Amino acid sequence: MGNMGIVFRRELIGYFSTPLAYIFIVIFLISNGIFTFDLGGFYLRGQADLLPFFSFHPWLYLFMVPAIAMTLWADERKTGTIELLLTLPIKLSDAVIGKFLAAWGLTGIALMLTFPIWVTVNYLGDPDNGVIFAAYIGSWFMAGGFLAIGSCMSACTKNSVIAFILTVSICFLFVIMGSPILLNAFPEWVPQFFVDAFSAMGFLTHFDSIAKGVLDIRDFLFFAVFISAWLLASGVVIEIRKAH
Amino acid sequence: MIEINRLTKKFDQVVAVEDLTFDVGEGEVLGFLGPNGAGKSTTMKVITGFLSPTSGTVKIDGFDISENPMEAKSLIGYLPEGAPSYGDMTTLEFLNFVAQIRGYRGDEITLRVNHVVAEVALESVAHQTIDTLSKGFKRRVGLAQAIMHDPKVLILDEPTDGLDPNQKHHVRELIKNLAKDKIVVISTHILEEVTAVCSRAIIISEGRIVVDGTPAELESQSRYHHAVSVRLKSDYDLAADLAKFSSAMDVEQDAADKLHFTILASEGKPIFSAVSELAQEMQWPVAEFHVSRGQLEDVFRTVTERAVGD
Repeated sequence: MGNMGIVFRRELIGYFSTPLAYIFIVIFLISNGIFTFDLGGFYLRGQADLLPFFSFHPWLYLFMVPAIAMTLWADERKTGTIELLLTLPIKLSDAVIGKFLAAWGLTGIALMLTFPIWVTVNYLGDPDNGVIFAAYIGSWFMAGGFLAIGSCMSACTKNSVIAFILTVSICFLFVIMGSPILLNAFPEWVPQFFVDAFSAMGFLTHFDSIAKGVLDIRDFLFFAVFISAWLLASGVVIEIRKAH
Repeated sequence: MIEINRLTKKFDQVVAVEDLTFDVGEGEVLGFLGPNGAGKSTTMKVITGFLSPTSGTVKIDGFDISENPMEAKSLIGYLPEGAPSYGDMTTLEFLNFVAQIRGYRGDEITLRVNHVVAEVALESVAHQTIDTLSKGFKRRVGLAQAIMHDPKVLILDEPTDGLDPNQKHHVRELIKNLAKDKIVVISTHILEEVTAVCSRAIIISEGRIVVDGTPAELESQSRYHHAVSVRLKSDYDLAADLAKFSSAMDVEQDAADKLHFTILASEGKPIFSAVSELAQEMQWPVAEFHVSRGQLEDVFRTVTERAVGD
């Protein structure tokens, strides 16, 4: 096990040694139930798919993921453990990625625990399980995107509440980037390629097609690149800000 | 061996450490002294590779901390200021984590962790969450973590700060035991600590070295070095006798205790026998009579205030 794995394990066990992980999972599952069955009209639609379930995920993640991400680095800096961690013989990249993977693992566990919905839809009808599986992976990748932003914001400040607010704001921007409301707001003279590029950065643009079962490797690639870029930014921010 | 060469560290426009050059060799216990904000912690953070220097180099056994950080860091054990550790873990979990990062695997981990737990006497709190520990125990967890890999270089930032006298004594004993074949650098502003554990002391002020020497050398710079302290039973004019006898002595009367006098050796030479002869001859009503060693505190104040005054 490399240093990244050691950090990953410590962090993941850390989540479960405090109530944080349990509270997160419970709230995540309850919200998912409400969104899917009440607001999403799961039964009324009369279709054997999980579209109502997945389409609420961006909005659910918008508030839930920053709550996990906010402590990633802010707490390390506040308690001074960052000084301990970064003077151990460990690469900064191992620490950044290890911590990110632990938080991502937690969202993965929460997501996996929504399996009764998948079972239900199979009991009621005959859904395309391949699409559902891909949508799960897509949803998890999107959560990773939110988390990577959160990692960087958390590195900016010692105060986790500020980190939370910053993360929610920036995530919100990326969620609505691809939405028609925002795209229609562009005046006529803005070149089309700019509008397209802008919308291509939006989470909804990529996630909606995954949730609907349009499997395009580029959508997954988008999230992978997005995560890498924000983690790289996290490393740079930590390097610059650690003295303060 | 630690080699620090022309080290400068600036934060924006503020110079924290300026042009610091010194070496520390094996077996030395270096006390790093200075007023708050003098740059002690910053220097330690640069030596341990937490902060990168603005200019200059730090080498640990030949490994440059900026160019070969992994090799250099693996030679260092570091107790940061305030002994931070992951509060949500138990003592054992935390030490296991550090042992793994330090490269131990399998049974070695248990062996090493048990060894350091015994070394700093943490057995009683091994399964307790670190957040629930007292300050003294937290400090010892920090020490245990620092000595996990039996490091060649041990850097301790205020290791006894906030501990009670018993705990302080314990930590100092520990440091003395560890010091035999290592390089130890301790920052402190408790001066008794320097006489208690250090073989060398550096005082820095405003980011520069103002004094570098053994604790005895430092004491000899004190105006109280070789001074004779006298307590009388009843009032008596010592100064008159001394003035008659020799011009080379100064007398200070204690402001609180009017019967307590300190006779200073103004040329730094021993005056004990001269004064004692005089006392017998003139039949001073002496209650107490002894030679005082130099006062480090006095030296500390003189050199750091002089530096600020410049």
